Amino acid sequence: MFVRIADGESERVVVLIDGTPFEGCQGDSIATVLLLTGKIGCRRSFVSGEPRGPYCMMGVCFECLVKVDGIDGLQACMIPIRSGMRIETSIDQP
Amino acid sequence: MKQLSDLDDLKHVYDVAVVGGGPSGMAAAAAAAAHDLEVIVLDENPDVGGQIYRGLRTSPLDRRRILGSTYTGGDDLIREFAQTRSDYLPGAVVWMASRSLELGVSKSRRSRIIKSRRIILATGAFERAFPIPGWTLPGVLTVGAAQGLLKSSGVAPLGRFVLAGTGPLLWLFASQILSSGHAPVAILDTTRRSRQLWASTALPGFLTSEYFPAAIKLIRHVSANIPVIRGVTMLAAEGRSSVSRVSYRRAGRPPQSIDVDHLLLHQGVVPNAQLPIAAGCAIRWNDRQACWQPVIDQWGETSIESIAIAGDGAGILGAESASRSGRLCGLNAACKLGRIDTSGRDSAAAPIRRELARFARGRRFVDTAFLPDRAFRVASADTLACRCEEIRGRQITELLDAHGAIGPNQLKSFLRCGMGSCQGRQCALTVTEMIAAHRGVSPAAVGSYRLRFPIKPITVAEVASLPQEPCDRRAVERI
Repeated sequence: MFVRIADGESERVVVLIDGTPFEGCQGDSIATVLLLTGKIGCRRSFVSGEPRGPYCMMGVCFECLVKVDGIDGLQACMIPIRSGMRIETSIDQP
Repeated sequence: MKQLSDLDDLKHVYDVAVVGGGPSGMAAAAAAAAHDLEVIVLDENPDVGGQIYRGLRTSPLDRRRILGSTYTGGDDLIREFAQTRSDYLPGAVVWMASRSLELGVSKSRRSRIIKSRRIILATGAFERAFPIPGWTLPGVLTVGAAQGLLKSSGVAPLGRFVLAGTGPLLWLFASQILSSGHAPVAILDTTRRSRQLWASTALPGFLTSEYFPAAIKLIRHVSANIPVIRGVTMLAAEGRSSVSRVSYRRAGRPPQSIDVDHLLLHQGVVPNAQLPIAAGCAIRWNDRQACWQPVIDQWGETSIESIAIAGDGAGILGAESASRSGRLCGLNAACKLGRIDTSGRDSAAAPIRRELARFARGRRFVDTAFLPDRAFRVASADTLACRCEEIRGRQITELLDAHGAIGPNQLKSFLRCGMGSCQGRQCALTVTEMIAAHRGVSPAAVGSYRLRFPIKPITVAEVASLPQEPCDRRAVERI
């Protein structure tokens, strides 16, 4: 889990993560808000089904793939959150 | 700088197209735009700065106190770029850069092809793969990932976390996260112990470089406040649904472990050269940094006419050098496109080259001191080399045993190694080094994965939505 230690005066942005509203800050990526909610695993490997989650946070590793507004396989670390965005992970949280 | 909001704002043709908005891209654009060239900077990130100056304009932190002067040092360059007449499109993924100087650009699920008279690739670096058991477990992130979270969103790991590996960035981040009040439980230092290095000819250059006092200060700050476990020769992340423990070993001692909520790995950075490699630019193996890098001349020119590379994308030299090499690329573009003559270019370049020489001082020592141990650059039998297709070290060595002199591209056919979502970004170096060791040859003789466009996934719908010329239709229509 990650925690916000400073938020400046960033505008609040509410997104839906697996149907639950979460308040992030303007400029957060989807992967950032996943880590803040404790969803450090967000999908399962296509090969073995092992859990995977954000790793590089810069668009290189393709581990943080999620479904956003109905479109699957997007890199959560590269997409800034927008108000009302529907983010779906594909893993049951422990 | 004129910030564009979507693909429709792009001109069809630019004099100079710069890919990447980090220090080298901003400096290249500023130098080219200063000579009245029409410049576009395409950047995948939501704001300028690249990785080193990520979030510099918006960071919610007390920037200087927590992130330090290496970070806030980017302010001037960002200000300079903002004052140019260059176009700038953030959130734009460049998935192709062709020999014919066309760029495939994707944003918000749509693509366009734009043309330019010169391309400057300023795609920077990414962190070297760190293949240890369990490195795919959720909760294991790179140090760079955690640093990006801290810079851009003021977000830090909660609970117990450990930093493991080697390299300047690991120490810098340790110092930054310490200043933020969130200290790691320990640092597991995998830096090789080399007596030869301290007796080598690389030492004087380092001792008299600007890196030396900064390094001493960092290491003192960190070592005084965080337990540093040196000489680590084995690392493994353990856990079920996420990492819960890191085990490690030091030479001649029994294995030990630490309970953690997060493990942050780092062992240096390597050039992000996917675009130039896919375009067909010549590359060479850098033995000192154990990585591939595109071949460039003193103006950043690659083996392909009119495609240049600025910054770490052509070899790791750091942010200060990156901005200078960007300026050289921009100046050269102005010369090649007829804005200045060669003597004007050369005289403007002279002071920049002196600065480059100053920043190059000490790099040989840094590269050698922090080159990760071979054991951490290859995948052991049970460790995943290819994260995407889940190919383990054993599968690679067994295939090599069975078939002999095969190369990275055959590994794709046999194992699907390097064929997953990341398109070989994570396993290319691992695979090259494993094959080279098995065959007893240099990595240069083994080669690397052949890369193809698009270098980032785009949908078929995006390709279908590209504007079509009559000749495109005739090529696929039945007569």
